[in-house]
Amino acid sequence: MTTTAPALPAHVAERIVEVGPVRARVLVAGSGSPVLFLHGAGGLFWDPFLESLAAHHTVHAVEHPGGAGSDEALAHLPGIWELVLFYDELLDVLGLDAVQVVGHSFGGMVAAELAANSPRRVSRLVLIAPIGFWRDDHPVPDIAAIPPDALPGLVLADPSSPLAALLVPPVDDPQARFETAMRMASVLHFIWPIPDKGLSRRIHRVSAPTLLVWGERDALVHPAYAEEFTSRLRDSRLEIVPGAGHLPQLEQPAVVRDAVLGFLDRAPS
Amino acid sequence: MGPVRMGVQGEATSEQEGEERTMKSIFFHLMPYRDLPADFEQRYESIWVTPPNSELCDPRKVAQYYQWNLDELELADRLGFDGVGVNEHHQNGYGFMASPNLMAAALARRTPNDSAIMVLGNTLALYSPATRVAEEFAMLDVLSNGRLAAGFPVGTSMDVNFCYGIAPTQTRPRFREAEELIIKAWTQPGPFSFNGTYNQLRYVNPWPQPLQKPHPPVWLAGGGSVETWELAAAKDYTYSYLSFFGAKFGRKLMDGFWAKMDELGVERNPFRAGFAQQICVSETDERAEKEYLEHVTYFFNKCLHIPPYFFEAPGYRTRRSTEFAIKTDQPGAIAAAAALEKNWKVLNEEGFIIAGSPATVADRLIEVAKTLRVGNLHALLQIGSMPHELTKKNITLFAEEVMPRIRGIWDAEGWTHHWWPAGAAVRSVTAPSGAQA
Repeated sequence: MTTTAPALPAHVAERIVEVGPVRARVLVAGSGSPVLFLHGAGGLFWDPFLESLAAHHTVHAVEHPGGAGSDEALAHLPGIWELVLFYDELLDVLGLDAVQVVGHSFGGMVAAELAANSPRRVSRLVLIAPIGFWRDDHPVPDIAAIPPDALPGLVLADPSSPLAALLVPPVDDPQARFETAMRMASVLHFIWPIPDKGLSRRIHRVSAPTLLVWGERDALVHPAYAEEFTSRLRDSRLEIVPGAGHLPQLEQPAVVRDAVLGFLDRAPS
Repeated sequence: MGPVRMGVQGEATSEQEGEERTMKSIFFHLMPYRDLPADFEQRYESIWVTPPNSELCDPRKVAQYYQWNLDELELADRLGFDGVGVNEHHQNGYGFMASPNLMAAALARRTPNDSAIMVLGNTLALYSPATRVAEEFAMLDVLSNGRLAAGFPVGTSMDVNFCYGIAPTQTRPRFREAEELIIKAWTQPGPFSFNGTYNQLRYVNPWPQPLQKPHPPVWLAGGGSVETWELAAAKDYTYSYLSFFGAKFGRKLMDGFWAKMDELGVERNPFRAGFAQQICVSETDERAEKEYLEHVTYFFNKCLHIPPYFFEAPGYRTRRSTEFAIKTDQPGAIAAAAALEKNWKVLNEEGFIIAGSPATVADRLIEVAKTLRVGNLHALLQIGSMPHELTKKNITLFAEEVMPRIRGIWDAEGWTHHWWPAGAAVRSVTAPSGAQA
């Protein structure tokens, strides 16, 4: 589907499902209680974090609509309300009545919205560096206006880490750059120009116990944003990850894996 | 001001239509800041979106610029240009005409030689409801006695997405809906209801509707999106290719435009196309370099100092247009053009500017117009830091010595210009020297 994505491991199944008029791509692996994973603006890749979740759970990792397909998916989903309904309907299509949800960055915002809209369907919630609020004292940088060479410094605690290569497509590969731009466009569609679309008015509806995971050195979404969540959620706890930026699950995999697996309910729901 | 040349039903007579066969020259003014600091491009991120206003933009200087800009446009009218052109940009140091309609209103009252008033244009996606554009353009059309050419640009990513906060993926849907609403507001008897995605109006009934019937000619402008070409063909609008990189660069794009017209069965009438060109005229080629080089390099080095990420927010271009851009290597060509050293020789050879004696300029313009197959020239004659006196000289030499040489270049093919404002003066029978100065 994407030129930059490596081939999927054999134990990961790719499902294409119809959700109303939108076709959704879902990666499924593992066994155990189901976990829905919602990715951030970088796109859906089967990474070591998903692999570690799949060791104990049935992981359903969904590709955010509009990123890989045609422009039409986004026309059907003009705003956050339709996007939440899309995910609610997707759970029906996947046969998941109730589910634990893990979301990263933009996916964290969508996970929180889904849990607010359908509190009885979301039994536990993990939000890794979620967006969804705005503070003038810590403005979230405009991710459409970051020079490529400055991106690793904003996203990673250690910009010289090999993870930096995943962030920016090669300059001499227009097709890869285009696919990256399309993935980004499908996210910007819902958060432009400021990623505050009213979550503060709805988040009180969330009933799921919530784990917040934040890189101590997240320069994209400052850890101060954790307060916006913890102060509003009924049952939440915060895990600050030292030595991590905006991708704590990849920068400090063992710490985040243990925190998330320790929080999620392993009994089938 | 002469009578408007249109009948009760707004139909121009065949005789008058027959006169509209000449190459049109529009003096197009960007209205740049003429006194940016010498180290601007080293010190600041961009000329557009983020150049700090209180630091760089002195309103007292702008007061002087606006007077000069309007004086220059009014001079062009007196000297016999077919049209005077203005456009819309936001938070932009090379064009701070946030409202071109204000400038057009001033011009409508002070262009006694009845030039077309070309507003190229209003960035439709920015206005909600878009009936605001229908109202202001109709006011301008009436105020100018039917001289308005109504430009409908999609708008740049800088203006639409970064300055006005429209989501990139909404750029084109908003543009298309606004275009539909404005044309309906101009042509359908009001009041009527409009149930759009971005514009929901129970009562659409603007006062007045435009003077020109069925509506002022619509001029699209863009940088090579396939969808815009298709719209031009479907609605019989003109298309102007606007870039600062000249004809050599624009060739591929305009070839694409005409190939699309062929494919859709649209006649190859050159008057349905226009292009923008920076032009410097002096007595001799050598003198042109001496007089203009400084101001042209100011433009290319400072006024085009824009980081790539502002040019195209992800989602600004559709999948189809992006695929076309990749296929024709637009990003590569833009990068190559940007990387060139902007010395006089390169700027001329690449066609970024057309400069020299009137004969040199006319010869090259004829070649370029024929190559691109365009019947409308948006002549950029005030460039960068070019001072008022030199600008007046450029405008005057162009009007008196270049325009007469290029007017007749399409005569042999016999096409009629169907997209010229009905109330604008016909210059084909009037020598420029006969104009009231």
